[in-house]
Amino acid sequence: MSGVETGVRLASLAGAACFVLGLHLMNSPATARRGNQLSAGGMFVAIIAVIVLVSDGGTMNAARWLVLIAGTLVGSAAGLYSARKVAMTQMPQLVSLFNAVGGGAAALIAVTDYAHNSHTTRGIATATVLDVVIGCVTFSGSLIAAAKLQGYWSQPVSFRGGRLVSTVALGGAVGSGIWVIAGAHHLGALVIVAVAALGFGILMVLPIGGADMPVVISLLNAFTGTAVAMAGFVLENATLTIAGALVGASGGILTKLMADAMNRSVINIIAGGFGTGASGTDMGGPGAGGSVRSIAADDVALQLAYASKVIVVPGYGLAAAQAQHEVRELAALLEERGVEVSYAIHPVAGRMPGHMNVLLAEANVPYDQLKEMDEINPEFDRADVALVVGANDVTNPAARRPGNAVSGMPILDVDHAKSIIVIKRSMASGYAGIDNELYADPKTSMFFSDAKKGLATLVSATKTLVG
Amino acid sequence: MTGSFVGDLTIFVLALLVGFEVISKVPATLHTPLMSGANSIHGVVLVGVVLISAFVHGPLGYVLMFLAAAFAAANVVGGYVVTDRMLQMFKKRPAPAPKDDAK
Repeated sequence: MSGVETGVRLASLAGAACFVLGLHLMNSPATARRGNQLSAGGMFVAIIAVIVLVSDGGTMNAARWLVLIAGTLVGSAAGLYSARKVAMTQMPQLVSLFNAVGGGAAALIAVTDYAHNSHTTRGIATATVLDVVIGCVTFSGSLIAAAKLQGYWSQPVSFRGGRLVSTVALGGAVGSGIWVIAGAHHLGALVIVAVAALGFGILMVLPIGGADMPVVISLLNAFTGTAVAMAGFVLENATLTIAGALVGASGGILTKLMADAMNRSVINIIAGGFGTGASGTDMGGPGAGGSVRSIAADDVALQLAYASKVIVVPGYGLAAAQAQHEVRELAALLEERGVEVSYAIHPVAGRMPGHMNVLLAEANVPYDQLKEMDEINPEFDRADVALVVGANDVTNPAARRPGNAVSGMPILDVDHAKSIIVIKRSMASGYAGIDNELYADPKTSMFFSDAKKGLATLVSATKTLVG
Repeated sequence: MTGSFVGDLTIFVLALLVGFEVISKVPATLHTPLMSGANSIHGVVLVGVVLISAFVHGPLGYVLMFLAAAFAAANVVGGYVVTDRMLQMFKKRPAPAPKDDAK
């Protein structure tokens, strides 16, 4: 090992260490930003080191430098532009796009390496195939997910024979992949793997509903990490392997957390369709038959203003209506009157893990008011008012009973509050497709309105009544 | 299988375990920045692109390398910038009454 190579390896090690330490600093909002900057610093070091390595290798020529630099500049400009411009509500789409390009780049690396190196060991051939399969599935799957999140269409798309086609695509990828691993050194074989995997990725995400997106994004994130780790095997580069494994672990943990919070298995979500096996008949309970009380804005304002503790329960409806600033304004008014306000955030509020927290942070809600489910649930007993904005299934007490579509799902104990106000456009049921028993609770009043308009009305009502 | 393949596998498995250990301590509040930060980490694939650039040749090779470089660079630059943008929004409660809302 030459002196330069040793130096480069040490620098890469430093870079990888920065990634781990950076992720470690993410354990608190106070240090997280520093963690991200440390991670970026590690990335810079790792990239400079590898540039030194290849220029020292003596095989770079003007054309190679030019193409490399041009590609990097174009990509950087696109990345920078989208990162600056993206609205926080669109964060899930952007993360999906970054998953797509990361997985795509990893797959391209494997294809390029395979096209140029004729002698590969079986281990490297295996990694090449895995890299191409996972990278391509991530690429096409993430693009479809981003398009769905952007709202081009959010309904699950399924067509007759779709499952058959995706089975054929998967079979094609596996068969051709085995051929490559067995030693067929033919670029065409790897291209078949890539095309089949791209098709499989599209067919995998198309039938998945919008509400399952937190799980899908997390899973695709884990895939990208794994694809990058495989690229590390192909190029025998430890930095890629380490970084890819870290991302794979992160995506894996988040996938599990999201699936648990929705009370569904990952397999069930990927296989598509809701409630297989859990759709038994609901046993008793008030259901839709119970009477529902609606309430006027002035009465809501009074209840809130004279409460001593209010817990806001924001759900996807709040994010969809972009009402995070209005909710913050209402909370600020209440806090000026000495009301204690906190926010109960269910793990799947929003469209990706932790999305609701980012939206509220953007609206200047301090992070110590954002409470996780386990932390806030005991506090509902002491709350005078629980204000539910655009959340549905995650507040349904039916989840505590067996035998219905939400049974066993972890919920926020909203019904423990002294009184409950629900801002909702209509009595339409949530994603699980069942009535929310919370709405028929005698303590519950319904304020029928769009989240954004309703909150704005409450803000002005509070100002006139008690301002 | 070569020794270096098993060596890489060792590193992979250990890194996976370190990842599980470190990331399971991240609070739910930060899960979006965590994912987007992890996202930028897989932008390290740019290192791989630089490595393959040392031996590509022919029009196909250059096209593949250009695409890979653009994808990876968008991933790494965009990922870190947007994560930083998000994280700077996470603020503590202001000490006095929240009068600086306009900020």
